[in-house]
Amino acid sequence: MLKNRKKSDMLYRKIFLIGNPNVGKSVIFSRLTGVQVISSNYPGTTVEFTKGYIRIDGERFEVIDIPGTYTLKPTSKAEEVAVKLLDNAIKEGNNIFINIIDSTNLERNLNLTLQLIKKRIPLIICLNFWDETKHTGIHIDKNKLENILGVPVVPTCGITGEHIKELVSKLKKAKISKYQYKEGEKWTKIGKIINDVQKLTHRHHTFGERLRDASIHSLTGIPIAIIVLFLSFKAIQIIGESLINYLFEPLFVNIWLPLMVKLSGALVSSGFIHDILIGRLIDGNIDFVESMGLLTTGLFVPIAMVLPYIFAFYLILSFLEDSGYLPRLGVLLDTFMHKFGLHGIAIIPMLLGFGCNVPGALATRILETRKEKFIAATLMAIAVPCMAQMAMIFGLTASYGLHAILLVFGVLFIVWIITGIILNLFTKGESPEIFMEIPPYRFPYIPGLLKKLWMRVLNFLKEAIPYVLLGVLIVNILYTLHIIEFIGKIASPVVTGILGLPKEAVGALVVGFLRKDVAVGMLIPLGLTMKQMVIASVVLTMYFPCIATFVVLFKELGIKDMIKSTLIMIIATLTVGGILNLIL
Amino acid sequence: MREIDLSQMKSGEQGIISAIKSGYGLTERTESLGIRIGIKIKKISSQLMHGPVTIQVGNTQVAIGFGMTKKIFVKVE
Repeated sequence: MLKNRKKSDMLYRKIFLIGNPNVGKSVIFSRLTGVQVISSNYPGTTVEFTKGYIRIDGERFEVIDIPGTYTLKPTSKAEEVAVKLLDNAIKEGNNIFINIIDSTNLERNLNLTLQLIKKRIPLIICLNFWDETKHTGIHIDKNKLENILGVPVVPTCGITGEHIKELVSKLKKAKISKYQYKEGEKWTKIGKIINDVQKLTHRHHTFGERLRDASIHSLTGIPIAIIVLFLSFKAIQIIGESLINYLFEPLFVNIWLPLMVKLSGALVSSGFIHDILIGRLIDGNIDFVESMGLLTTGLFVPIAMVLPYIFAFYLILSFLEDSGYLPRLGVLLDTFMHKFGLHGIAIIPMLLGFGCNVPGALATRILETRKEKFIAATLMAIAVPCMAQMAMIFGLTASYGLHAILLVFGVLFIVWIITGIILNLFTKGESPEIFMEIPPYRFPYIPGLLKKLWMRVLNFLKEAIPYVLLGVLIVNILYTLHIIEFIGKIASPVVTGILGLPKEAVGALVVGFLRKDVAVGMLIPLGLTMKQMVIASVVLTMYFPCIATFVVLFKELGIKDMIKSTLIMIIATLTVGGILNLIL
Repeated sequence: MREIDLSQMKSGEQGIISAIKSGYGLTERTESLGIRIGIKIKKISSQLMHGPVTIQVGNTQVAIGFGMTKKIFVKVE
């Protein structure tokens, strides 16, 4: 992992951030480096290390955020990664280590601290969440702690940025401690330190704590979860629609369209270049969805139809992540998930998959066993439509009414359940029991949240627009060369016979390999009946992942599991599509 | 004072951990989350149908699978 460094990097000394999961390492990292980084309030998010730079007194340092770990005797994949990174860092020599501690859980955090001290490395301790100690009646004498452990101790509050400057100024003073302890007496020593250094005063339960308990109790937790999810979907819908109606559509119709009309006129309304750039005129006019020009459909679909929902989705998701709600959801769903061979936190790749299947596939890394990864990845790819696709489906089904959309999602949900049950029965391996920390509710660090949102939106634009443009171009060419017609004729026994769709729909299926949103867009001019629209939407979600997702899944699952997964998707699609064709 | 396992505790009940029946793997995991013999804990909730149990240890909450809760013993009033 550390092998692929630029030659220039070898010259910089490194600063490593190491600590328990959920101690605010990513926020501290963000404060130190000013670099974009994803920080979310659930354990196991950072499964790879994150790297940035800082300049102290004219010297440039590399800053590396190691995945959270509770102990240096690893009990999970993420911890193995952390320990390996740490050992490499120590071997390199000449590096500085910041141990970031959750001040409200000092006793447990000291477990890792003592283990780090034993490694005799230059260490500095950062007592984070310092502000929270006041609210929880905890008093820590940081000077005493510094004296006992023999390393500098700096209390910080990552959210407000308090004392970060002090942390930076003391970095070069990181010391190798001479503190000793024997393995068997580690916890006794920790207990003694706690006695010397920490005093607890009583305080009443805060509202946050009552909410914390209520949201995880079965009886209150499940209604709360339903309300949270319902409000989330509603918020996404409202924000998405508003952005389209009040911002993007007016932008395209009032500013871009006149320009395109002028261009169209200049190109004499026809010809090869015109068709590539502007597309075909529908009833003598430019139609942003159907014309299939690079400058028309190629820009309108990703920017005015999909981007608003991407923005809305990630905004809401970031709040759910950073507030700490998702682990609770994982606990509530754990029993349910185990029926499909999954751990409760497998809800996270599923939720991420609603935004985009690519991060959904990447998120399967937080699952421990091969069986869980395989089932989670397959279920996500087969039954979770991405926001790009959904945005287009909302547009497509607007005229058919709400029950059309509900039908599509209902079918996909049933597919998820049945496929999950079957996969669980036939996949060998284990799904370990849940055993994880549930962090307290914290109000999200808004600058970090906005940075994360911006990164995700930017990523979408960078990834989607080139593929959309490519897809539009290919579709255009394939139609011009009548290749789509040809494929349509060959595939018609399946497309029309089994699935009940017009043979022109094959164009959508071909493009769906590249981009699912463009594929849905191609269904619009076909004038499908509601039944056909439902079948087409379901089939497009299920049959095959888009190329970006396919590449990631291939890397995550390996070739054997990828082939199995793909076969399952194709067979399931034909089965479900055929059944829908018969019964609707 | 009686000794029961975590699954038998009532929500809201407090107790002191008296035994953890398992091999090395579980001990390292429980210890690293602050769950050790002699530690006071409080049961927050359990989920329906043998779902996970949530306990409070110090200032942290930990969710533990039902099977594991049968291996962690607590002394309660």
